[in-house]
Amino acid sequence: MVMRRTVGLVAAATATALVVAGCGGGGPQSDGDEKVTGGAIVLGVLNDQSGAYSELSGRNSVTAVELAIADFQAKYGDRAVTTDISVRSADHQNKPDLANSKAQEMYDRQGVDLILDVPTSSAALRVADVAKEKRRLYFNISAATTDLTGKSCNKYTFHYAYDTYMLANGTGRTTTEQVGRNWYILYPNYAFGQDMEKSFSTAIADAGGQVVGKDGAPFPNTSGDYSSYLLKAATLDPKPDVLGTMQAGAELVNVVKQYNEFELRDKGVGLAVGLMFITDIHSLTPAALAGTTYTDAWYWNFDQQNREFADRFQQETGTRPSFAHAANYSAATQYLEAVQAAGTDDADTIVAELEGKEVNDIFLRNGKIRAEDHRVIHDAYLAQVKPQSEVTEEWDYVRILDTIPAEEAFRAPSPDCTL
Amino acid sequence: MTAFLQSTFNGLVSGAFYALLALGLAVIFGMLRVVNFAHGAFYMLGAFGAYVLLAEAGVPFWAALVVVPLALALLGMALERAFIHRLTRLDPLYNFLLTFGLTLILQDLVKLRYGVQSSPYEAPAGLRGSVDFGLFDFPTYRVFILGFAVAVCVGVWWALARTRVGMVVRAATERPELTRALGINVGRWITPVFGFGIALAGLAGVLAAPMRAVNPLMGADLIIVVFAVVVIGGLGSIFGSVAAGFGIGMVQAWAEAYLSAFPIVAQTIVFIVMAAVLLWRPAGLFGRAEAPA
Repeated sequence: MVMRRTVGLVAAATATALVVAGCGGGGPQSDGDEKVTGGAIVLGVLNDQSGAYSELSGRNSVTAVELAIADFQAKYGDRAVTTDISVRSADHQNKPDLANSKAQEMYDRQGVDLILDVPTSSAALRVADVAKEKRRLYFNISAATTDLTGKSCNKYTFHYAYDTYMLANGTGRTTTEQVGRNWYILYPNYAFGQDMEKSFSTAIADAGGQVVGKDGAPFPNTSGDYSSYLLKAATLDPKPDVLGTMQAGAELVNVVKQYNEFELRDKGVGLAVGLMFITDIHSLTPAALAGTTYTDAWYWNFDQQNREFADRFQQETGTRPSFAHAANYSAATQYLEAVQAAGTDDADTIVAELEGKEVNDIFLRNGKIRAEDHRVIHDAYLAQVKPQSEVTEEWDYVRILDTIPAEEAFRAPSPDCTL
Repeated sequence: MTAFLQSTFNGLVSGAFYALLALGLAVIFGMLRVVNFAHGAFYMLGAFGAYVLLAEAGVPFWAALVVVPLALALLGMALERAFIHRLTRLDPLYNFLLTFGLTLILQDLVKLRYGVQSSPYEAPAGLRGSVDFGLFDFPTYRVFILGFAVAVCVGVWWALARTRVGMVVRAATERPELTRALGINVGRWITPVFGFGIALAGLAGVLAAPMRAVNPLMGADLIIVVFAVVVIGGLGSIFGSVAAGFGIGMVQAWAEAYLSAFPIVAQTIVFIVMAAVLLWRPAGLFGRAEAPA
């Protein structure tokens, strides 16, 4: 008993000493001319670790960031600006309020220099406000809203992987040109779905197509039934060539299962999906989605470079990476490179270092960090799910039909944004 | 006309799930006075049971349709004996909290093992494709579900109306004190009836696997609608729960088909109906008919 108490006291004392050393920045361990705050860089991954979006990003994105740190340390060794780089993570459960308080905690109490990921648009926007207020960096990866680079943009927020414009422009335009002009759009009736419906309608009209019908399905759809909409799609006049579904996650699974049940493909109505991750195809099986086109921000089996990363990622996690995983890796890497180049972790200096920078890495192809609105632009891909007969390897479910050049993939900087 | 028939048919298919789930809730509530919040979790376990049997042991859909409900009935009976039974004498709120807790535990256990992503499950080969009804064709699997659910409901009705066990259950549901006073041992039927209600939820889950997303939260949303259905039908009324199940399914389908200009209405129609019914008949549509004063 006495022994245990003593051990406890020692542990507490050691912890206190560590904290003091960490905060003081002038302890005996410090090497005097330290370049980054407290001698350490802390990256914070804030995302959904238990709910609907935990598979497409979640804990595996923490692993992706750890890989990025390991690669950075291997590359620079003793020349690195600091050797003390660590990751913190938190579960925001897709709740905006929780995301807000976790972000404050990360910046204020955990010494986080950069917050990464943050899926769910409403939560992502709240974190952008925190970053602005605290003057700390924030790279959003997994949220879709264009407001992050529109009316809610700020100096410390960068939008890294994709947005609703990229999805609509890629899938809406190319499908209209290549598959058919007439669309029926089915969307979940809340902010994300309405945003997607508008973006798609615009992209379709611009490409010379028309939306012959659109419906907002209840969200969340408690009955899980979409048959009314699917039957309606087949009877519209003119008959739609394409059913565009903006549902995500489990709701997307419901729509696709029932689309197949009603044999709409055989009735001449193709399927286009607004937002889809490789993990969705894995759960639905490629057979259920064969022939479906969608826009992908990155694909693990696109080339040798991606594949090598995917192999490493699979060793660590047991699954192939989604584009969100690759983008988290890339974002962490680009941040560390910027700190290394600038020789400091001061947020304003890093923003200056990043703005206008052109980048090519595992995720960003022909990438550019736009100074005007902090949209990170890069090549996007039009993907099509392979028929089951052509799937020869687990997770290798799509073929890339077309590469959409970075400049065309994303919208021009919005006049709503002033940094 | 064709469109109307199609959406009616779809409504009946959705209603079939509501009816099976509400029927289980009704017999459990009638016999135990327990509002089983875990019903949605057992529905989810039914769908996962079918998926796990197929993916890990190659057991086909037809066998799962028998095996999974039986296994879940046993699990339900074990839980009734171990936990629920101990709280039935207390305020019903205690069992409400207990079954809610069970729901969270069951959901998270499944989440731990299978993640939140939906698991794939296909309809059995014989039920793919569609049946031609002249005016329109309709997915074979949906036709099967409707026929099967109606058969189960009729079977349950027959068992309640014509067998000795059924009579005891009805008597205990409608006049518990009087039934006991007549010297009938109600207690021995409580556990099997709970198991039976759970089996119905599991059966609905197996039926849902080929057409709905199979994931740990699939029961959580559905159960809210089913509670509304049970309230509309009349809490504890067996006929009421089935009739309200099919009825609400149709109302929802019509609302989606004809009120698509007002998505808010289509989204909340079940609760609008529930509020209206409660104002008009606080005991539910069939709440009194089963137990005339």
